[in-house]
Amino acid sequence: MAALWHSTFFLVMVLLAISRPSLASQAGNDDLQMGTEHRTNKGTVNGTENLITTLPIVTWNWQEIKFPYLVALWILVSWLCKLVFQLNPSLTSVIPESGLLICIGWVLGGIIYWADKVQTFKLQPFIFFFYLLPQIVLDAGYSMPNKLFFSNFGSILVYAVIGTCWNAATLGLALWGCCLGGAIGDIDIGLLQLLLFGSLIAAVDPVAVIAVFEEVHVNEVLYILVFGESLLNDGVTVVLFNVFNAFVSLGGAQINAVEIIKGIISFFVVALGGSLVGVIFALLISLLTRCTKNIQIIEPGFIFILGYLSYLTAEMLSLSAILSCTFCGVCCQKYINANMDKRSVSTLRYVMKVFANGSETIIFVFLGITAIDPSIWVWNTAFILLTLLFIFVFRFIGVFFLTWILNQYRLVPLEFIDQLMMGYGGLRGAVAYGLVVLLDENKYKEKNLMISTTLLVVYFTVMLQGITMKPLVTWLKVKRAAVTERTLAEIIQNRTFDHILVAIEDISGQIGHNYMRDKWNNFEERWLYWLLMTPSARKSCDHIFNIFHKLNLKDAMSYVKEGERRGSLAFVRNETKADVDFNKKFSGNFSAMMPYIMAENMGSDHVPVSSILWDSVHSVCLDMHEKDLKMRESEDFNAHHLLEQHLYRGKKQHRHRYSREYLEVNKDKNEVQEIFQRTMRSRLESFKSAKMGVNPPKKISYHLKKDQPQKMPNGKSTDNRKSHAYGKEDLEFSEGDSASGCEAAGGSFPMRAHRGAGIVNPAFNAEMDPMPAMQQILPWLAEAEVDSSAVVPSQRAQLTLPCTPSNLHRLAPLHLTTHSFLLADSPATQDTSEPPPPPVV
Amino acid sequence: MGSTNSTLSKIPNVEELVQETGFTPAHIVRLYDRFEALDKEKTGHLRPQDFGAINRLAINPIGDRIIGAFFSPGQETVDFHSFVRILAHFRPADKKRPKDPSMPEPVNSRTSKLKFAFQLYDQDKDGKISRAELLQVLRSMLEMQVTEEQLESIADRTIQEADLDTDDAISFEEFRKVPPGGALRLTYQHGALTQIRFIIVKNYVRFDNGKQAMKGNRYLKFTLPC
Repeated sequence: MAALWHSTFFLVMVLLAISRPSLASQAGNDDLQMGTEHRTNKGTVNGTENLITTLPIVTWNWQEIKFPYLVALWILVSWLCKLVFQLNPSLTSVIPESGLLICIGWVLGGIIYWADKVQTFKLQPFIFFFYLLPQIVLDAGYSMPNKLFFSNFGSILVYAVIGTCWNAATLGLALWGCCLGGAIGDIDIGLLQLLLFGSLIAAVDPVAVIAVFEEVHVNEVLYILVFGESLLNDGVTVVLFNVFNAFVSLGGAQINAVEIIKGIISFFVVALGGSLVGVIFALLISLLTRCTKNIQIIEPGFIFILGYLSYLTAEMLSLSAILSCTFCGVCCQKYINANMDKRSVSTLRYVMKVFANGSETIIFVFLGITAIDPSIWVWNTAFILLTLLFIFVFRFIGVFFLTWILNQYRLVPLEFIDQLMMGYGGLRGAVAYGLVVLLDENKYKEKNLMISTTLLVVYFTVMLQGITMKPLVTWLKVKRAAVTERTLAEIIQNRTFDHILVAIEDISGQIGHNYMRDKWNNFEERWLYWLLMTPSARKSCDHIFNIFHKLNLKDAMSYVKEGERRGSLAFVRNETKADVDFNKKFSGNFSAMMPYIMAENMGSDHVPVSSILWDSVHSVCLDMHEKDLKMRESEDFNAHHLLEQHLYRGKKQHRHRYSREYLEVNKDKNEVQEIFQRTMRSRLESFKSAKMGVNPPKKISYHLKKDQPQKMPNGKSTDNRKSHAYGKEDLEFSEGDSASGCEAAGGSFPMRAHRGAGIVNPAFNAEMDPMPAMQQILPWLAEAEVDSSAVVPSQRAQLTLPCTPSNLHRLAPLHLTTHSFLLADSPATQDTSEPPPPPVV
Repeated sequence: MGSTNSTLSKIPNVEELVQETGFTPAHIVRLYDRFEALDKEKTGHLRPQDFGAINRLAINPIGDRIIGAFFSPGQETVDFHSFVRILAHFRPADKKRPKDPSMPEPVNSRTSKLKFAFQLYDQDKDGKISRAELLQVLRSMLEMQVTEEQLESIADRTIQEADLDTDDAISFEEFRKVPPGGALRLTYQHGALTQIRFIIVKNYVRFDNGKQAMKGNRYLKFTLPC
């Protein structure tokens, strides 16, 4: 608490520092405002210029730098406010941050008013719309989880367009009804003006919504619906606002059917046109980032400036600027992320967050400050209360009705609780305020009433609904049963269940093959990648794992091929030691390396991923054995802690999370890569081991000579047809495996000698050095059969078990290849499913 | 509904399948679509490598085991019926179904779900999870920097905890007792309280060619015993 008071005190000091000079400058003009200050002060500066009589050493140049200085100070103050709250987690956990910022805005506004006797600082619509809003919108678009967004695009559009129109219309009509009925009293306001008011206040505000929803963890569909809606309906609101504004200017008498139709047309033109401008700018950005390789330092700057230009251009063409900026961000994110240097991307992301978060903070603080100004307050209890009531009620009605319709079409309907949250999440914010201040006082007699109502609505929704949102979520959604996982068995079992469900979900196709999506993907792959991405980025961008996967397989194959060429896999064997160690401990290095591999090797197919990997692992893991032996003595580690830390998480879908606050350092990614590596290696192994048990030696010797020339082409064609990858793999690994195959009924037993997974073909050991290898294998074999992990061979495998004595195969020449045709019906791959042979010892 | 019917007519013995697994015809159609999409060579059977082509499975630490569970011993392919039958394990248990002792236990009961999970551990099918088997699973589920010694001691402790008859292995009876019976299990993950329950086709809006998503087939939920 002390920290809070200290910081508050500091804030007050800063504030006084700001307001005192403004007091001084108050003499000439009373109603200074931030936007106009600059211009009005120039005259006085010029006037005093000629009065110097001697050379001043230092001068007080306040007037010249006043404007930028105040801006900078205000930004500092707003951010300090945020800092103050973040020192108090207990406070922010109850009241959402946006609410707190508004509160502190009130305090600051109070101080300023007390010092100046007039509200010097206000949130000016111009500043809001041109300097504060664009980066927020751009950031939202850029960090949008695209897949989620577009798979719910229909629903979002329905909510954003129809829902907003519904809210606007019903609020306007209902208020008008109340006016006619005399419930509100004597105010000079007509139906059109009320509709206008309805339209400006209908929009759910992305700034407020994100600020609140970010802290309340809701499921991602709900999140994207509310977020997407709030983003798009800002555009809709502005359009509606302009249309109604024009209607009001025309006057009720001149509005006929033609004008109304024109209004509807202009609505669509403005909205679609704005989106189109955004898409065009996204294309421009993507094209531009194709060739910014040489100026990496300002690379991220292009995105900002072009994003901002998309906003301004749309505004210039009187199209929807918000939609333009949103779509610009949404459309270009994929391509610029692929095109730009990794560092530029992270710079971009961080700077984007800094801007967005910073201006969000400023907006809320100023929303608070603005309120402390008696000149704007016109109190009309009935009007304000009715507005609040109608907003609340009609929002719910709209959401329920639209969801009911949507649920007829959605594969997974929105549940009642989700709908409730959507309705309740209708927070209003600064956009409404910015619009209402834009109104012309001459046309709208009740402008101040509208402003004060809007402010109250904003406060009410942000504060009250924001505060109650979190308890509501916990109360409605899941009872916060504090289930602690007590036993290790439980933890492990739960995590296993997690993984199982994820896998089942993947197998049964989580997102069905959607016709439109397929079409779009084809189009994208065919044309857009070619057009918008640098050739090197093209390979890695979308199916990054896909390609990584292919590369890995290919490398593994070339690895083995290389061994064949050299006549032995001695070099593989050397590295098996590294492999052992690799499993042991140093995966930190391993995973740290992964991004490097991903980034560097996507470009050139010819660098074998695995070679890099193995090399560095090898060099890293020296002397690990000794260390482990020491570790053995100190076994009193906290197993729970360990499990908590190191169990892989189920890959649920919570990674799509937009946050203006945090850029998560994605632990998931490392995990994913680690698991992926292991899976691939264990699969490779099981192909080999499967081969061992099943390949009839006769066939091997039969195809031996014939196939030799075909080998290379075979190997090469592998890459083209992914579905065959495993089969071909077998082909490459098959040779010589039968040497040991006859000794056991298939299974991956020899690998166990090597403690853990690795691209190690033990058969080569046998070949290089037959007798010791046999000795080596046999004890393990014995154990492998005793311990339950031995693979149960398929019936077919048992049928085809080679009956020839083992030494006979070992006499076979080194370069053996099975015919690829065998693979079609060969049971070799049957064992793919076997688990990675773990360290048994 | 047209496309549903036409797809349905392609699947043999739909009624039997529906009755056996409890999926609705629309679910079956969806699964059939998926099956066909996985079956790249249109043989009517899936092989392990067809499953292996699912990218996301490669990032599942026990993905290969789960693939393995689809293939009964001695089989190297799985046809549509077995495919659906296995998936049926994960249908949410029917709450409304009256307890009928005369009926055989439904495939999506808690016991059979647990059985499925148990078999993932129990690779040699001897009805017990041995220490070695547990170690295998642990090895694949824990990050790589965990050392072998740590793994072993985790395995030992786990077995100690669950092992009621002190035979140094976990039998199915012991396995099913691990989670406190019937409690709603929540995990704290990624900052969100989420039930271990997956809705399989989340956020999939059928605005396109899908007349399939008519009423009644919108749920394709899978659960595990919780």
